[in-house]
Amino acid sequence: MGDIAIQVRGISKQYSIGLYQRHDTLRDYISHGLTSAFRRKNGSGQEQQTFWALKDISFDVAQGEVVGIVGGNGAGKSTLLKVLSRITSPTEGAAKIYGRVGSLLEVGTGFHPELTGRENIFLNGAILGMRKAEIQRKFDEIVAFSEIEKFIDTPVKRYSSGMYVRLAFAVAAHLEPEILIVDEVLAVGDVAFQKKCLGTMDSVAKQGRTILFVSHNLAAVRSLCSRAFLLMNGQIQMAGTAEEVVQQYVRILEPDQRSLLGERRDRSGDGTVRAIAFEARVPDQHNGGSPRTGAPVDFIIEYNVQQDVVRRLYAQIYVTDSSGNAVFACSTAMLNVDFASVSGKGRLICHIDYLPLKPGRYWVNTKLGKYSGHSRYEKADEVQNAASFEVLDNGDSGFIDYANAPVVVPHQWELSSSNTQPAAFVTSKL
Amino acid sequence: MESTEQIPFIHIQPARKWLSLDVGELWVYRELIYFLIWRDIKVRYKQTAIGAAWAILQPLLMMVIFTLVFQYIAKIQSDGVPYPVFAYTALLPWSFFSGALSRCSASVAQQANLVSKVYFPRLIAPLSATVSGIVDFAISFALLALMLAWYGIMPTWGVLALPVLLFLALMTALSVGLWLSALHVKYHDVGHLIPFLVQMWMYASPVAYPVSEIPEKWRLIYSLNPMVGVIEGFRWALLGTQRPDFRVMAVSISCVFALLFAGVIYFKRMERSFADVI
Repeated sequence: MGDIAIQVRGISKQYSIGLYQRHDTLRDYISHGLTSAFRRKNGSGQEQQTFWALKDISFDVAQGEVVGIVGGNGAGKSTLLKVLSRITSPTEGAAKIYGRVGSLLEVGTGFHPELTGRENIFLNGAILGMRKAEIQRKFDEIVAFSEIEKFIDTPVKRYSSGMYVRLAFAVAAHLEPEILIVDEVLAVGDVAFQKKCLGTMDSVAKQGRTILFVSHNLAAVRSLCSRAFLLMNGQIQMAGTAEEVVQQYVRILEPDQRSLLGERRDRSGDGTVRAIAFEARVPDQHNGGSPRTGAPVDFIIEYNVQQDVVRRLYAQIYVTDSSGNAVFACSTAMLNVDFASVSGKGRLICHIDYLPLKPGRYWVNTKLGKYSGHSRYEKADEVQNAASFEVLDNGDSGFIDYANAPVVVPHQWELSSSNTQPAAFVTSKL
Repeated sequence: MESTEQIPFIHIQPARKWLSLDVGELWVYRELIYFLIWRDIKVRYKQTAIGAAWAILQPLLMMVIFTLVFQYIAKIQSDGVPYPVFAYTALLPWSFFSGALSRCSASVAQQANLVSKVYFPRLIAPLSATVSGIVDFAISFALLALMLAWYGIMPTWGVLALPVLLFLALMTALSVGLWLSALHVKYHDVGHLIPFLVQMWMYASPVAYPVSEIPEKWRLIYSLNPMVGVIEGFRWALLGTQRPDFRVMAVSISCVFALLFAGVIYFKRMERSFADVI
């Protein structure tokens, strides 16, 4: 620690909008040339529109540090990683990097569908900057990690997408640069494999390597990184410990969503009733406080009935994890209840005694409808990813091993043995 | 830290107008060049029934067509050599050159996914694409040896010049291909242009006909096309026809290297924006 691994000073990156679309073909170039000539005559300038994807970014990363970068879509995270990986050059500013850099902006870059798994390991390894001898040495390890031994001599175009990702990540996981730059590559693959990948990254970090890590998986950022940056509109909004930055990011994210749900356009249904806000709230705690694993929580949907009255209102809340996998759903249909007649604005509250979610970020899809006869309903309003919430671990227990399982259920253990009297009871506590 | 001096150091800064050519970096990435060539060769005849036989079949079919059209219909002279072998000897360096030129021109645009996700010296893409045709050349050369034996033609000592001639074909492909590959990234028109360029170039080279068919007064200008020297050189070395004029060849070779040098500079200037435009 102490020695600088990455030093970034005032890096900015400007893109000119339209460069891509307009000048793709010579014809476009000519027609653009003509129109802009006319425009110039008419005196309405304003043509080359530009925007700054990154603006004056400066930071240092010490050797052996693991630094997370969080921020919304279009905040400039990927552009920053591209500049630091030398894929594109900055418009202004400079950066110094001390050490061999491996960057993983995507898993399986350069995989060729016609080549076999074995051949692709060598090709992809070379593309990521590994030496042939190095790949040969690690070959067996890579194959074992990928869990696809049987198919290693099959062309990868015959692989399932899961197998493809496994193989690709297996190669990437065996990259051993001094500095690792990782984009959101963990958002692929099934949950168990993601855990394995996070585990690998964790062990890489413990070997004292420097990692720059972009992720939407805030739980991963919090557990892997010591420091983090919050990037917004191409600028560093905040730098601090991973914990502080994640908390701040969640705070910025949440009010936004609450106010915006009513105005969202990406919804389906006839619109007779609409969800205008969603909140995951800890009961008896009226402002703030994140839901915790194994603790009670209330899911609250604020609705607005657009016509006079809705008869037999139906509601469903569908919870997915940050990679989009369904975790559980709550609906009035499961309990065979409905709300006889509803009008105006109001709130639907779904009480949950025991939140069966591990720490992490979750998204909800909300669905409202009207029953129309026997176990059928008309959809009135459905919003995918209507809101998100962060689940924290239950503060009063120490290390919890969730054993790579997607949910946590309330349970108890009992010891029953012929020579032990009396039976010992241990209540599970999460 | 004691090992500070060995740690590689990377300085990232805005693109400058002139850049060093960084041959050292290409050397560091030599294994990637090797793997990309290897991939191109491996993939070319995957999932084909006859595999690498296509490398022979393509020039062979061309030879049959040329023989029918130019010998029997157009009654072209062939310098006293049987027409099939006359055409095939020219088709070998020509297919090598045209393949190298087409692949080189498309190389960067075709690797869009690599270029936008991974750093590597961008020159590697056109370099490896150009070289990978050499295996096809070697395979189809074996057939030529059989044909020579069949017709009882004894090659001259000029065969020793073949590697040099092949290298010249390679450099010619690269000198034009580098420009086109950089342009192709921004203007996809280049992709449509290349087949025509290759075809025009073939008619401007003595593939189907001998140089003696060209009127005397145009021959000097005609011979500035470097492929004229390459093809004439091949026939001279293998069939014992007239030796190409080395003085004219020297001029065309200098043009190739000037174009190549400028092409490398142009490519290096453009490569900084490849990832943004591709």
